[in-house]
Amino acid sequence: MRAAGTPARPKSCLADQLLEPAKTILAAAVLALSAAACGASDLASYRVDNDGVATPLTDEPGNPARGRQIVRDMGHVTCLICHRMPIPEEPDHGEIGPSLEGVGSRLTVAQLRLRLIDSKQVNPESVMPSYYRTSGFTRIGAQFEGRPIYSAQQIEDVVAYLALLKDK
Amino acid sequence: MRDVTRPLAMKLLIGLATLAAIAGSVAVGQTQAPYEVEGRKSGYMFMTPATRSLQDDEFQNPGMFIVEHGRYLWNRAEGPDGKSCASCHGDAEASMPGVAARYPVFDSARNGLVNLEMRINGERAAHMKAPPLIYESEDLLALTTYISMQSRGQPVNVAIDGPAQPFFEQGKTFYETRRGQLDLSCGQCHEDRGGMKLRGDVISQGQLNGFPIHRLSWRAMLSRHRIFAWCNTSVRSEPYELGSPEYLALELYVAWRGRGLSIEAPAVRR
Repeated sequence: MRAAGTPARPKSCLADQLLEPAKTILAAAVLALSAAACGASDLASYRVDNDGVATPLTDEPGNPARGRQIVRDMGHVTCLICHRMPIPEEPDHGEIGPSLEGVGSRLTVAQLRLRLIDSKQVNPESVMPSYYRTSGFTRIGAQFEGRPIYSAQQIEDVVAYLALLKDK
Repeated sequence: MRDVTRPLAMKLLIGLATLAAIAGSVAVGQTQAPYEVEGRKSGYMFMTPATRSLQDDEFQNPGMFIVEHGRYLWNRAEGPDGKSCASCHGDAEASMPGVAARYPVFDSARNGLVNLEMRINGERAAHMKAPPLIYESEDLLALTTYISMQSRGQPVNVAIDGPAQPFFEQGKTFYETRRGQLDLSCGQCHEDRGGMKLRGDVISQGQLNGFPIHRLSWRAMLSRHRIFAWCNTSVRSEPYELGSPEYLALELYVAWRGRGLSIEAPAVRR
């Protein structure tokens, strides 16, 4: 089931809750849920293998130009808050996380996709938000309930952009 | 010889006058207690020189307008008995120094914590029969700031033992709990990453000694609980009510984190 588009906001999703322990125990489980089981807001399903998510979340290939726009957009939780990036027209880059210059040389597309979807599956202590997760939060703001930070297509667009950031 | 000694004496005099002027300006700056204690840093340390001088100069500090309003309210009679704060407490400059440095405190009548804002409203109800001031209203901010300012230069010193202890623990748990869609705890930024750059800003240690503060980006005064609510909202978490037990416990814990820092109210922050 591929469910990009505008998510609704279910207060409680039974299938989601049932799968939560499995997610914790088996980080490689198939996580997301069928639209039939859990309403229209569901995340596209994905599979974690070998430190990455190899299969794109959407049928439409990621668009790197759109991805670059997304990571700059202050309306989103922009990468620039915490990371240095090769975006010289933006004056302020954070220094919380590692620089993303050359990240496309260091990580595969599958690895980039997993780190953007849910970096806590790579490092539970990470302070990086999970951009494609809708459960397991404490006191999430009502308007964000059931909505991932990025849509499936935005994940793909940003992954496509990051993959182009090669070492010179 | 005279020709030599006279200029020397002159130089000495000028030197003394300069020293006196420097001493005088320090006295006007009035914050004698430190901006940093054992690695605990006031938000002042994270501000630009321009913002610091705005705070230091009472004629420039935008927080001083509300202090004036607070002074007026302190002396204004309200309620059926025609009493004001001053009717019982007299001159705030004599009776209030040190008070803000101790708050929040455990209150046995409520069997919980009270902060300065709630104490003001409690005293108004009990002794003036005056209605409570709404949290974050200009009047409550004004009185809180005016009273807090009387403790300027005094070290933050909250009690966390005895009956306050469980509330302290509750606040610590709050501080350390990841929350919101961004899944961040207070401590992950303000404890572990204070001083690092978040986009164009430097993350402060989140100390409370300057509150109520004038926040330049909002052009407004804000209370400790208002900044808690803003921080919670920023990590996409549902904020609590201002004055809620959760924020009171958090206030106690965060005040303790800044123990020994001097009260700076009204501080100026970016």
